[in-house]
Amino acid sequence: MRLPPFTFLEPATLAEATKMLADQGPAATTVAGGTDLYPNLKRRQSSPKTLVSLRRVDGLRGIRANGSGTTIGATTTLGEVAAAEVLPGAIRDAAGFVSSPQIRNVGTIGGNLCVDTRCDYINQNEEWRRAVDFCLKDRGEICWVAPRSSHCWAVSSTDIAPVAIALEAEIRLASVGGERVIPAEALYRDDGIEWLTRAPDEILTEIVVPGGNGMRATYRKVRRRGTIDFPILGVAVAVDVDGGGECTSARIVLGAIASAPVRASEAEEFLAGKRLSDEVIEETARLAGKAARPQDNTDLNSRYRKRMVPVEVGRALRSLA
Amino acid sequence: MTATAPRGVVGRPWRKVDALGSATGRAVYADDMYLPGMLIGKQLHSIHAHALIRGIDTSQAEALDGVHAVLTGADLPVAYGIFPVSQDEHALAVERVRYVGEPVVAVAAVDEETAERALALVEVVYEPLPEVTTYEAALAEDGPRIHGEGTGANIHRSNAFEFGDVAEGFSVADHVREDVLFYSGNNHAAMEQHAAVAEMGSDGRLTLWTSTQVPHYVHRTLEKVLEMPAGHIRVIAPAVGGGFGGKTDPFSHEITASKLAMVTGRPVKITLTREEVFYAHRGRHPVLMWVRTGFTADGRITAMHFRSLLDGGAYGSYGAATTLYTGALQTTTYRIPAYRFEGVRVFTNKPPCGPKRGHGTPQPRFALEVHLDKAADDLGIDPVELRLRNAVEPFSETVNHLRITSSGLRECIEEVTRASGFAEQRGKLPRGRGLGFAIGAYMSGAGLPIYWNDMPQSEVQLKVDRGGGVTVYSMAADVGQGSTSVLAAIVAEVLGLEAADLSLVTADTDLTPIDLGSYSSRVTFMAGNAALEAATKLRAMVFDAVAAHLEVPADSLVAAERRVGVDGDPERSVPWSEAVRLAAAAFGPLTASGAYTPPDLAGPYKGSGVGPSPAYSYSACVAAVACDPETGVVAVEKVWMAHDVGRSINPLLVEGQIEGSVHMALGEVFSEEQAFRGGMHIGPSLLDYKIPSILEMPPVESILIETVDPEGPFGAKEAGQGPLLPVLPAIANAIHDALGIRVDELPITPWKVLQAVRDLERGGDGRVGPAGLPDVPFREPLRVELPQQWQEVAAP
Repeated sequence: MRLPPFTFLEPATLAEATKMLADQGPAATTVAGGTDLYPNLKRRQSSPKTLVSLRRVDGLRGIRANGSGTTIGATTTLGEVAAAEVLPGAIRDAAGFVSSPQIRNVGTIGGNLCVDTRCDYINQNEEWRRAVDFCLKDRGEICWVAPRSSHCWAVSSTDIAPVAIALEAEIRLASVGGERVIPAEALYRDDGIEWLTRAPDEILTEIVVPGGNGMRATYRKVRRRGTIDFPILGVAVAVDVDGGGECTSARIVLGAIASAPVRASEAEEFLAGKRLSDEVIEETARLAGKAARPQDNTDLNSRYRKRMVPVEVGRALRSLA
Repeated sequence: MTATAPRGVVGRPWRKVDALGSATGRAVYADDMYLPGMLIGKQLHSIHAHALIRGIDTSQAEALDGVHAVLTGADLPVAYGIFPVSQDEHALAVERVRYVGEPVVAVAAVDEETAERALALVEVVYEPLPEVTTYEAALAEDGPRIHGEGTGANIHRSNAFEFGDVAEGFSVADHVREDVLFYSGNNHAAMEQHAAVAEMGSDGRLTLWTSTQVPHYVHRTLEKVLEMPAGHIRVIAPAVGGGFGGKTDPFSHEITASKLAMVTGRPVKITLTREEVFYAHRGRHPVLMWVRTGFTADGRITAMHFRSLLDGGAYGSYGAATTLYTGALQTTTYRIPAYRFEGVRVFTNKPPCGPKRGHGTPQPRFALEVHLDKAADDLGIDPVELRLRNAVEPFSETVNHLRITSSGLRECIEEVTRASGFAEQRGKLPRGRGLGFAIGAYMSGAGLPIYWNDMPQSEVQLKVDRGGGVTVYSMAADVGQGSTSVLAAIVAEVLGLEAADLSLVTADTDLTPIDLGSYSSRVTFMAGNAALEAATKLRAMVFDAVAAHLEVPADSLVAAERRVGVDGDPERSVPWSEAVRLAAAAFGPLTASGAYTPPDLAGPYKGSGVGPSPAYSYSACVAAVACDPETGVVAVEKVWMAHDVGRSINPLLVEGQIEGSVHMALGEVFSEEQAFRGGMHIGPSLLDYKIPSILEMPPVESILIETVDPEGPFGAKEAGQGPLLPVLPAIANAIHDALGIRVDELPITPWKVLQAVRDLERGGDGRVGPAGLPDVPFREPLRVELPQQWQEVAAP
């Protein structure tokens, strides 16, 4: 399979990059490592006319600790994130769970935060999709996962996002109009086609991870193999524990189960103000399971993935107890 | 053949002759080839599982700049197929398509982009037909026929045999057990996709470089389909990046690349995409199996009845043999006094299935070994003891007329259970951890060729230059398994040289003498014997000349360490280079050839051509698993494998085959599945098709058992396929030991494990698997006369 033709732009500065993006309009898209975009282009899932590469943009790569937390540049590779001792273990683990060592040497954290939603029906080559008939996400008029649905159920497949949300990280976006900083959670939309709230002319420049005294966090990933595979369920849990061992607050975020990361709010509320006893963990895990309504559009089946939510949330909480 | 004890390179572990080339990227695969003026070929595939082709308009594609030729089925009207009885394929579909992914149009263009653009301009008008994708639909009398007109059951092959009196055997049994199991289909997933480069020479001769296990069969097919004399066609297998049975058919892209080269006058390359590899397929047949066995109270088998239902996909391929293989080798491990087999292969609108490592025998072996594990539980007999009580004896004959020579089955069982601590640990590990045991046997080459002939199956030629260099010529295709290194070792051993001293010319139909190909684990045994004969003849000439020179009897000489001389007397010897000069002076051209034709092993019945082999390898396996009852995830912690290889020509290669077999089996048991929704492959990519990674791969302890087969070269038997067989049932049996559940349906996914665990917790039998076979019109069995030794047993 070959890439479709496109114009490739390589800005050297952020100002140049945002200007290029604004000038090109919605037919342009950004690319960093390309480990997600290029295979998708080979399968003709989309056909951007212009790619604006962020690889050579000055200042976008690197990890900087400051007083209140750590800033990770968008083009920092996943391998670098996984190896950065200054970062919380949960985000390092999540980065280290993405695909394979080779992909992590090229793929970036910004790319993983923005990674395209995935589905058994879209991530196939063009001939396959023509044989089945195209779907809502590209050229078609039907969702093959839920044929009566009017919206696309492609799955949020980022490992970083659930952790970023659980850690209450912030995302910085830049455009010719200026910059804005939003909570990580606000970057996502539960829509397989328009899964990001980022405007087409905005570039994700960095992620800011707060320091979090007393916070404990973990990330667990379900997939068939110990490497390569995208998540078919991701569980990020962060709890703030006070001196007495009580959870003052908790964030439980489920990845790869909908078109956006899902907060298990009922479980979070139940857990707040309680100690992580066996009974509390079991009930929290059960409640988290209620938040998951996966479709049959990834590896293994939806019933399995739903059944794994309380198991994995329970294990996550036990590891933090 | 000779089984003289080796003194030199045979038996030593050493690096394959092509290892550095493969490891450093210098090996030249077909896709690495760029010839001057070369065009790129691409194929358009059917997007329907079953449809009539009402029209193909290629005019726009032909008009596109950079397009040199466009072919359709009308350009290649001759049907072909690997088996003489299954000439049912066309290089490009004619009138009808039978699976999604079937090649319909081929183009040759200046580059891949132009070829892709051209294909997008081709208009194919289809008239869809009802698709047949399940066993039930395939067997329906009122459903559409995939081959032929009108309606009717889509039965490709149907075989049934009875050896001995099965009814009598069951009637005297103290215990009779029945099981139904399903083995899902899977792809070989060789690392290198198929690729072919064709060039029409100015002399009117066609050369095809192709990633194949069988240059000879590709050669024959090109002769037929291109309607050219075989002598005008040359087929060469360059470096091949794995085959596993996936490159043993002649393929559409090989024929269309050749035809495009003939039409355009320019070299043409076609490299399949990974998707196309899943469509070309020829992988493991899905088989639904039913087995019934009678036992005496002390666990001796009194009768066995085995039924197989194979989903063959759209074409015949090797299916005629595969069907028989699902019934043929059960008797090679167990003494079964009365045996009945019924097998049916159906056509469906899916990519054609064919041979994959173990060819038709891993499926029944999985069923049989799980079935016996359950029977051992029923009878209260240790599962290892049950196998030992029924183990086939060396130098015996099975009830279905298979000649058994050397067998290390008992040694394999004893060694593997000792090394793994099976008896001490099975049934005594904490919940979630378990050990499982199984055995297997496989052929060292099919006794009969694919097309009937009484010529040798393998020939090897040797030529010596005046400096002492020896060139070995053999058509055997090294597909990564190391066959060239095995031939090198055998020749070097006989001539007292090192493998590095040899020049190896292989897999070229112009330059090398016949070898039928790298399939059925035949090369070490058959080409190895041919090489042994050739080298022995050459050595005799050299010994005669040296004997005259040294004035000693020729039978006092040995060839070792690059010298020829009197055994144990280094003073009376000459260097090899001097020895060959003496021989050339005495005899003229220093060449020798050897050949191997298997003994006539077919039984006295039609269908007996599948199963016989000059020797069988034996394996015994123990697997240790750790199961997570909450997630259903099973991790294989360790595999022990004892394998009777006769003799290790190179133990490093044998261990490599065992480790590779374990890895392949791991994929088949847990995650690799050629799965479909209707006629659509659910995910023809290496992201969706889950091959275990190195993280899933357990340590493997290989135990090599050497029984020195009387007919193998230096006593060697096969190692490439047999060790896969017992791994799957050993793992399934280990899961039972760990959790008390039975997943009688591959692949064993976490979800199936959870369902079985839940069923057990709710008081069920803890089994997930098929309930039974659909209504299959098995034919009335052919009742076959018993072999002599069994007639005596059967006599009152």
